[in-house]
Amino acid sequence: MYAHPFTYHRAASLEEASKLLQQLGEEARLIAGGQSLIPLMKMRMARPSALIDMNFISGLNGIARHGGELRFGALARHADIEHSDVVKAMPILHDCAAGIADVQVRNQGTIGGSLAEADPSGDWGAVLLTQETAVRCFGPNGERTVPLEEFITDAYTTVLAHDELVREVIVKIPPKQSGGACVAFKRSAPVYATVSAAVQVTLDGEDTCQSARIVLGCVGLTALRVKEAEAEIQGKKIGSKSIDAAAEAARASAEPPGDMRGSTDYKRALIAALVKRALGIAVRRARGEQVEAGHEYVGR
Amino acid sequence: MSDADKILVRLRVNGEAREAPAEPRTLLVEFLRDQLNLTGTHIGCDTTYCGACTVLLNGRTVKSCTLFAPMADGGEITTVEGLATNGKLHPVQQAFAECHGLQCGYCTPGLLMSTLHLLTKIPNPTEKQIRKAIAGNTCRCTGYQNVFKSIRAAAAEMEKR
Repeated sequence: MYAHPFTYHRAASLEEASKLLQQLGEEARLIAGGQSLIPLMKMRMARPSALIDMNFISGLNGIARHGGELRFGALARHADIEHSDVVKAMPILHDCAAGIADVQVRNQGTIGGSLAEADPSGDWGAVLLTQETAVRCFGPNGERTVPLEEFITDAYTTVLAHDELVREVIVKIPPKQSGGACVAFKRSAPVYATVSAAVQVTLDGEDTCQSARIVLGCVGLTALRVKEAEAEIQGKKIGSKSIDAAAEAARASAEPPGDMRGSTDYKRALIAALVKRALGIAVRRARGEQVEAGHEYVGR
Repeated sequence: MSDADKILVRLRVNGEAREAPAEPRTLLVEFLRDQLNLTGTHIGCDTTYCGACTVLLNGRTVKSCTLFAPMADGGEITTVEGLATNGKLHPVQQAFAECHGLQCGYCTPGLLMSTLHLLTKIPNPTEKQIRKAIAGNTCRCTGYQNVFKSIRAAAAEMEKR
């Protein structure tokens, strides 16, 4: 399949990329890994007049710990994150990185591109919303750091100005006695998840939930934080009663549109099951256990 | 599009320097097949699903239907044509042949590249690691069991060398 013709430009630096965006006008777009944008262009759902290739900008793919933060360069590939020792401090990020599509897509797709593309079915948007995440943006007037809650505003829409781009994604490492987990269900590896649930809990002692964040992916135009579900477990004793109540509240608050991946009712049933499973794993991790989580699909 | 709008794409393919001008929208798989005449890499679904177009770019597998050729400029590519040496099959190819890891063969070039990528990183993979490694390669003939068998056999053979 052929994309609509475009002119191709290679940026050697963030400054040059931003300048090219200004010069080439509103129909120009940045490309990083291209794993969301290229399929859209081949289906002619995106028709940029010009592409500015960021892949040749050096020093933008780092993954490092700085004090209490993990910092990801915009061009850090999902596979780099999956195999990073630094990321072991936050298993929920490994769950996500190791489960996105398949090996080939993870080798190419980037965390910065994923957030900037703001695909409603993108994995990072939901997972990082369970954390204190900030997006460091670069523009002609300098830099600004935007909390992820404010960064993605709608499907395929962010607060980035036309000549602004993502430089780095910064995630705060949670306090002790915390655990997170991401559980997604998809029909096969290369496809988008039907539904995903990402949760983060912090315990007070062994059995009480001090705080919780519960976010659903693929159920609407953006990732959905379900505060109704969080309220069912926050400050409560952790057990099947509070976990079931949170799962039920998540199911009731979401209105996932029916599509080829499943009907509304089917997705709602999945929401309850996935939230329950993710909470169970997050709590066990908060207690210091090593538990596997991530994307589930037939043939896994 | 006039020739002036084309971009010169320079690659090292299977150890050999190759270059050709291409429209920016040319996919890497089309560049390999049409410009460089390396038709071993197949176009299957053309939608980032099936993995028939899998090649190695700088030692990592990518779906070459989901990369514009200029994005790979300066890169090192390995395709299925680069596996055999002096007419002798690569152990991965030999294993697929001996264990019936293919029937129609359409997905095979991609599966071979994914297998090579796996065994380069993990010489002795578990069953789970094998399944995960080829989750992005669809085969409609074999039912995968003989593919798993081929990968195990290739791993054993490569360990010996």
